Amino acid sequence: MAATPSGTAKGSSAAAKSSSGATDGLTIAVPRGALFGETVDLLSGLGLDTSELRSNDRKLLFEDIGVITMRPSDVPTYVESGAADIGITGKDVLLEQAAARGEGGREVYELLDLGYGRCTMVLASKAGPDPAAEALRRLGVMRVATKYPRIAERHLEETGRQAEIVEVKGSVELAPLTGMVEAIVDLTATGTTLREHDLIVREEIVECTARLIANPVSHKLRAREIDKLLERLRAA
Amino acid sequence: MIHPIPSGTRDVLPDETREVRAITDALRGVFERHGYGEVYTPALEYESVLARADMAEAKPAYRVFDESGAALVLRSDMTVPIARVVATRYPTEEPPLRFCYLAHCYRGVRPQRGQPRELLQAGIELIGASAPQGTAEALGVLCAALDTVGLEGYRIGLGDASLFPSLMAGVGVPEQARPRLLEALADRDFVGLDEELSQLDLAEADRELLLSVPQRRGGPELLEAAEGVVADAVANMREVHQLLEPDVAERVIFDLGLVRSIGYYTGAVFEVYDPALGTPIGGGGRYDELLGRFGRPLPAVGFALGVDRLHIALMGEERGTGVSL
Repeated sequence: MAATPSGTAKGSSAAAKSSSGATDGLTIAVPRGALFGETVDLLSGLGLDTSELRSNDRKLLFEDIGVITMRPSDVPTYVESGAADIGITGKDVLLEQAAARGEGGREVYELLDLGYGRCTMVLASKAGPDPAAEALRRLGVMRVATKYPRIAERHLEETGRQAEIVEVKGSVELAPLTGMVEAIVDLTATGTTLREHDLIVREEIVECTARLIANPVSHKLRAREIDKLLERLRAA
Repeated sequence: MIHPIPSGTRDVLPDETREVRAITDALRGVFERHGYGEVYTPALEYESVLARADMAEAKPAYRVFDESGAALVLRSDMTVPIARVVATRYPTEEPPLRFCYLAHCYRGVRPQRGQPRELLQAGIELIGASAPQGTAEALGVLCAALDTVGLEGYRIGLGDASLFPSLMAGVGVPEQARPRLLEALADRDFVGLDEELSQLDLAEADRELLLSVPQRRGGPELLEAAEGVVADAVANMREVHQLLEPDVAERVIFDLGLVRSIGYYTGAVFEVYDPALGTPIGGGGRYDELLGRFGRPLPAVGFALGVDRLHIALMGEERGTGVSL
């Protein structure tokens, strides 16, 4: 067969060449943060030696096992470019980065729902009479703070409400408490944070779990390795 | 003084030009040897004329108005302009017609994604040669071009735009449900496809078929193993494969789920991959309905290569036999 350079440099930095048989030399983008623990468990289950990955939380490139780590919202970037063959990230990240049809979202394959990291994207506001409903009725528009402006905008548009979306980068609960907005669109797992800030869920928008994504070129050129991995993940 | 240029555009300076010229000269040589004549068409065309084509996600993105208020656009590809040329300048010429081009095309970009607005494309259009012979010829020219330019590790993903629609019809998916399934496939979202399928009133085996078939990639054994409705759906691909020269056939990876984002493909679709690049270098396919929209119904097939991408892939492979870089 035509000789293909293995584990080649995509972009300017060398891809992590894995000598591990467990993933057949695929480079995997692993998300730091809430999904990290269960993702590492998943990789252990596949036979990767995750000891260094667990212990060293500053290191980014783990060549021996073919793992690179980053924040969840950067996983699609690395996978799309080919710096990683596959990656794991939350559906919330994929939805936010997937623009409306016609603009084209991240060019990655979404292959599998891994089932863990389950959270719900919700619309929430201060407990009591819904300030958002009142603003909508009397002012014609509701102000919504969120880290997910595209998801928020799409949901409110699809449900026929005019909204001003205010993008914040974190601590979204502060926004309605200070009166800057009437509602928030945010991800919730246990509901604890919302409760702590006297916010209640008004609507559930979408449920999000960890997803396995793949680079479109790797999907063809490393088809056998990726399909083998999928089979093992489905069986697990 | 620093004078800005629009994001997504570049100045190409002599060192780079020298390398790009080596590539484009080699491509021109290959196209000419195979009997393809080079054409130039205007960068600015009437929007109403180009809009005859279903460009889906690759619609022209830059619009200007001329002195009489007519909307003009910067072309986003060369296939549609060449379709116009064939209908207008070759209305009765005996097919097949063979054209090639090296031209800049203009696409809209998404901010901060490093996408170019202006792309140099090299490609061919084979007009009036139907499947499977025409498709096999186009693939042959494609491989000759890539070989001559010196790319060593490339592979060609081959699929068929009519495959999934054929499967859906074969198992009896209701008409109104089909666009959603196609959209999930076009989005490369197999989880979404699974979810959509689970909401349809289909036999479990049929659901499984519609989910698993588009995920099949591999060698010709894939086509041999196809049964029932799948065998019908891959019949076209099998016919093309049988006509390929061995050195072309060995480059092919069959991808039963391949979808291209331009809307006018009717049959075989293909993409060029190199391990050195995370995105396709180029691609093409069969578009038997397009010429008819311009008034001269003829089957057609072609491909376009991104010259920039080819250049990056060549550097990534760090080889240059045949073209000294």
